[in-house]
Amino acid sequence: MDVTTDERDFDRLVSADERVEPRDWMPEGYRRTLIRQIAQHAHSEIIGMQPEGNWIARAPSLRRKAILIAKVQDEAGHGLYLYGAAETLGVERADLLELLHTGRQKYSAAFNYPTPTWADVAAIGWLGDGAAIMNQVPLTRCSYGPYARAMTRVCKEESFHQRQGFEAMAVLCAGTPAQKQMAQDALDRWWWPVLMLFGPSDEASAHSARSMAWGIKRFSNDELRQRFVDATVPQADHLGLRIPDPDLRLEADGHYRFTPVDWNEFADAISGNGPCSRERIAHRVDAHEDGAWVRAAAQAYADKHGDRAARGAAA
Amino acid sequence: MTPDGAAPDRPRADRLWEVFVRSRRGMSHTHVGSLHAFDAASALLSARDLYTRRQEGVSIWVIPSAELTASSPDEKDSFFDPAADKPYRHPTFYEVPEGLAHL
Repeated sequence: MDVTTDERDFDRLVSADERVEPRDWMPEGYRRTLIRQIAQHAHSEIIGMQPEGNWIARAPSLRRKAILIAKVQDEAGHGLYLYGAAETLGVERADLLELLHTGRQKYSAAFNYPTPTWADVAAIGWLGDGAAIMNQVPLTRCSYGPYARAMTRVCKEESFHQRQGFEAMAVLCAGTPAQKQMAQDALDRWWWPVLMLFGPSDEASAHSARSMAWGIKRFSNDELRQRFVDATVPQADHLGLRIPDPDLRLEADGHYRFTPVDWNEFADAISGNGPCSRERIAHRVDAHEDGAWVRAAAQAYADKHGDRAARGAAA
Repeated sequence: MTPDGAAPDRPRADRLWEVFVRSRRGMSHTHVGSLHAFDAASALLSARDLYTRRQEGVSIWVIPSAELTASSPDEKDSFFDPAADKPYRHPTFYEVPEGLAHL
């Protein structure tokens, strides 16, 4: 098969809204874009365990603690689904982790913000996971099959994440004035970082158009951000909380107008100089190094029991 | 030893496994994804933790990815061609008189 036939086949699959599968021919740029996007997505999942994991031992009740453990465990799982999807493109998970640990691949800058109070954990669930759902639901129809399938699993699980966060927020809002203030402060801290989660505005988004043409992206960053705002403002109203944007208003077309994200404010966070950037990576590297003895023991066991243990041959 | 604990002269035992889950009795095992593990027993435990946290399965298979043999997408046309020109294998190929049952 010559290259042009391969390209025709690929274009036909994508334009017919069919899925590209791992061993299909694909343009190098498509493969590279997917590896970068899926890896950054996976890194965001596992780095995202940290701001919330920080509160597991301090959760206000056993119920909240059990919920939070389950949620953080899910984030680890989401990372693993995604690393698995990336590996179908011919990269190794160990190499992707190395790129994360050495700062050569990024993750969502929102996770570089601290979680000083319990209400921050609630806000991350409500807003952060709410935004993630807006972003990820269209990815279940991504042109690359393994990524789309991973997203289907992730989205099913993510909806509990958003609801538990909203519920925790509602409990605070129904509490003492101090508790309600705590909820408001957390919303004030997280509103802009979460809007930033959707990525740069369409004019500034270098790869958007190409990703749309390839069926990797279905909606632009600004469209998804708008959807999120439209969905979230009534929820804040219900909680009796104020969105920290003086220019926010409902227009006749049913959409909320809001102040554009101030990207200068986030330039540092995005380039790895956010409030907790170094701490997040250092913690991640420590966790990986602390696990070295487990990997060594498993390797030694496999060496000792030879191919039989590695293959798991039936006894 | 390498950082991963592998003696340099031994192959790294950490490898990729494909995971198949039977969602409930009466259904086939279905491919759900892959994971890294050092041996079959730990692959099963990881598969349980990774793919059945919400009772998604009653049985799991794990298979080293390298042991799978797959048809090649390059020859998909020629490989599956023989089935393309045999519509008589489908019941819809045949004409059935109006009003007759059990046919």
